[in-house]
Amino acid sequence: MMADSGPKEVAVIGNTDLTSAELDNNIKNTMVEIEKGTSLLRKMEISVAEAEKRTGKNTVNMQELYTVYLIETRPVDALTEGITPDSLWRRYSEFELLRNYLLVTYPFVVVAPLPEKRAEIVWHKLSADNMDPEFVERRRVGLENFLHRVASHPVLCNDNIFYIFLTEDKDWKEMVYETGFQAKADSRLKAVNAAFRVKNPDGRFTELKHYSDDLQTVLSQLLRVRARVADRLYGVYKVHGNYGRVFSEWSAIEKEMGDGLQSAGHHMDAYAASVDDILEEEEHYADQLKEYLFYTDALRAVCRKHELTQFELEMVALDLACKKQQKEELVTGTVRTFSLKGMTSKLFGQETAEQREAKLQVLEHQLKEGEEAVKEKNTESDEFVKTAWVDIERFKDQKDRDLKEALISYAVMQISMCKKGIQVWTNAKECFNKM
Amino acid sequence: MSRTIDAVVSPTQTNTIPADISGQMLDLDEDDDLEVFSKDSTLADGNMFNASMQTSPGSMVNQCKFEEDEEGDSKDIFITVDNPESHVTAIETFITYRVLTKTTRSEFDNSEYEVRRRYQDFLWLKGKLEEAHSTLIVHPLPEKFVVKGMVERFNGDFIATRRKALHKFLNRIADHPILSCSEDFKVFLSAQAWELTTYKKQGPGFLSRMGETVRAVANSVRGVKNRPEEFTAIQEYVEDFSNKISCLDKVTQRIVKEQKEYLEELKEYGPTYTLWSGSEEELAEQLKGVAGCIERCCKETEEQVGHLSDTLVPVLHEYVLCAETLKAVLRRRDNIQAEFEAKNETLATKKVDRDAESSDLGFVWGSLLGKNPEEARHQRQERLDGEIEELKEEIDKLEDRVEWANNALKGDWGRWQRSMRGDLKSAFFSTAEKNVDYYEKCLAVWETFLLSQRTEPSEETDRDNTP
Repeated sequence: MMADSGPKEVAVIGNTDLTSAELDNNIKNTMVEIEKGTSLLRKMEISVAEAEKRTGKNTVNMQELYTVYLIETRPVDALTEGITPDSLWRRYSEFELLRNYLLVTYPFVVVAPLPEKRAEIVWHKLSADNMDPEFVERRRVGLENFLHRVASHPVLCNDNIFYIFLTEDKDWKEMVYETGFQAKADSRLKAVNAAFRVKNPDGRFTELKHYSDDLQTVLSQLLRVRARVADRLYGVYKVHGNYGRVFSEWSAIEKEMGDGLQSAGHHMDAYAASVDDILEEEEHYADQLKEYLFYTDALRAVCRKHELTQFELEMVALDLACKKQQKEELVTGTVRTFSLKGMTSKLFGQETAEQREAKLQVLEHQLKEGEEAVKEKNTESDEFVKTAWVDIERFKDQKDRDLKEALISYAVMQISMCKKGIQVWTNAKECFNKM
Repeated sequence: MSRTIDAVVSPTQTNTIPADISGQMLDLDEDDDLEVFSKDSTLADGNMFNASMQTSPGSMVNQCKFEEDEEGDSKDIFITVDNPESHVTAIETFITYRVLTKTTRSEFDNSEYEVRRRYQDFLWLKGKLEEAHSTLIVHPLPEKFVVKGMVERFNGDFIATRRKALHKFLNRIADHPILSCSEDFKVFLSAQAWELTTYKKQGPGFLSRMGETVRAVANSVRGVKNRPEEFTAIQEYVEDFSNKISCLDKVTQRIVKEQKEYLEELKEYGPTYTLWSGSEEELAEQLKGVAGCIERCCKETEEQVGHLSDTLVPVLHEYVLCAETLKAVLRRRDNIQAEFEAKNETLATKKVDRDAESSDLGFVWGSLLGKNPEEARHQRQERLDGEIEELKEEIDKLEDRVEWANNALKGDWGRWQRSMRGDLKSAFFSTAEKNVDYYEKCLAVWETFLLSQRTEPSEETDRDNTP
């Protein structure tokens, strides 16, 4: 798994209650050095070393079995080699909480995904049981990868909550809730609504959304077919194990052929056994693809946020335009569109000059506010687009690099499998020759 | 130069043992023109019926190359079976195969024959050969129908497989020192269709064949008492071999099935990479590359499965049938011995009868008929003596028959074992070779891809290093 790391030191570890201005400032500072820049990973080693089963009472006071993961951290320093790292235990749900916090707090960042909660696209040999040791092991690796992704992200690595997640055992949950991030979260309804009604989203985000959908579809399909192929390959190799058994039995009744058959049988057994390693390696490749499958959710989240911001801007601008029109009507006395005002003035007569003046005052005030709001929303939207797009470019580069490497490693795996096959069958050929 | 063996060697028409067959056999190895046997050093050893024959690997391998013999002058008969054709009559539809024979053997009038034969004709030939040489091992014919899977007799694959098996059948007979001299074999290869029909009608009639079958059944029920140790050993081996080879047959068919299913999935796998490449920019080339690799591996897999089906599966299947043939041969040998033992028992009983002092029943009977007791007894003795003499003659013949059967089997047993070793070794070797080839080709495919990838990173690092 790839993670960024650059030559420069980590800049700032912010404190919990940053104001939004400070946060912006931070972002600006860190963005300057984004390229090879700040990376927590350079300063400390982070690993998810172990997994353990615990029992405890859950929220409905029932006993449950769950897994905890040991997070170890150690400063990267020649002098600290050999010193035991700091460590603490965390459950999967805490990782989820951390991620949700990051998603809300940094909506312009494509936040790395967590490994699967439940084993889904698996081939038959791997069980879909969450307690299965192989699944737990792969999840451990996935969680470590998640932490590395966050720790090497130019923006996220500076987050204090993240730092405390890694280093401080108690009270972390309280701290997260205290940030009030849950209140900042956009409601699903709001987001869906915005997605439908937004008029002018930035074209690049629309494209990105389509790309995410496509990538999700294609990766799901690819992973499913790969799992089926793995299943079949397993079958082919394992049946050859029968050759081993029968050759061995047959060699007992033969004189001249006995030795050749016996050794050929051993090679057939070796062949059958070799598939386990082959497929385990391939599982890593599948996990790399899965990570990017899950990344598509994060991409879509950023697009949604943009649509929401854009929508809110549009709403505010619309509101301003409305108010402007109202002012115009009031000033000129004309009623251009059907309005209740127009109706009531027709029915009940025009208002007095004082009334009109008062109304105008209110409107002026509202207009000023509206213009401020529009300016603010505009800036917000622009900022978002800018920062989001920077991160999206970063993500794209990361994705291209990672997947290219994954494809190469896949080819390497295939080559290794072929070499093993050549060796086994060449040996078997020799044995048959001696028959 | 011609071979000295003619029709003498094939005891087709009678049940009597050719008196000086051993003499004939010894003549063979003095003849320099023994093309058929020259690779079989057993003859060079001078004793064809020596079960523990030593053969060099060279001769063993050469003996197996029935279709193409590098030393052209060592084979004097070449047979091919090809050109299946469908014939439709009012009653039935059937397939005939062309049987082409080229030979320099003197018992054939011509040097080349082209006839058409149907499966029934092959069955007839096999039956005749087994009848005449009940303890020789005749190579099995392909089965009448495929039991599982396709029952359609006119399916292309079925016909092709059958044709190859028929071809092998005839060539094995041609290579057999005794069977290839059979008159029936010669007629099969040379007679026109109507001639063959006429010829088939000759020979022991239905009733006499029935009589033989009844005797065989009776003997098999009686069972054999003193089977020589070596035949028991052979029988045990055949039991085990039959189990093992059936297992291997099933395992190999299962492998073919699994490979085919793997191939099906693989065919769907490549296109997903192509589909993905449509959404990507930087990655598009690599993804298409991977898709291409997978597609090429598909082709190789297809070839590999084909080879397995063509090479290993038919051979294993043949030897499953062989095992059944061997069991039948052993049974027939047992029956011959059982018949001999039965006659011996009858002889012993008769002797007891004769040597008995008096037979109460006979005495009484004789006196009822008014015979002189002395005379009656004398008559009885004479009668029994006569019967005993007859029995002794029959027993002598049976004894010879048993010995001949045993020797034939022993000789052929060694021969069969060598054939079996050669065939199976060659089939497995070929399979392993093909598998190595398969993996080597796939390796090349992926290595080429990898090479194309490795050239790019050097460009990338340059890009990274420039500020």
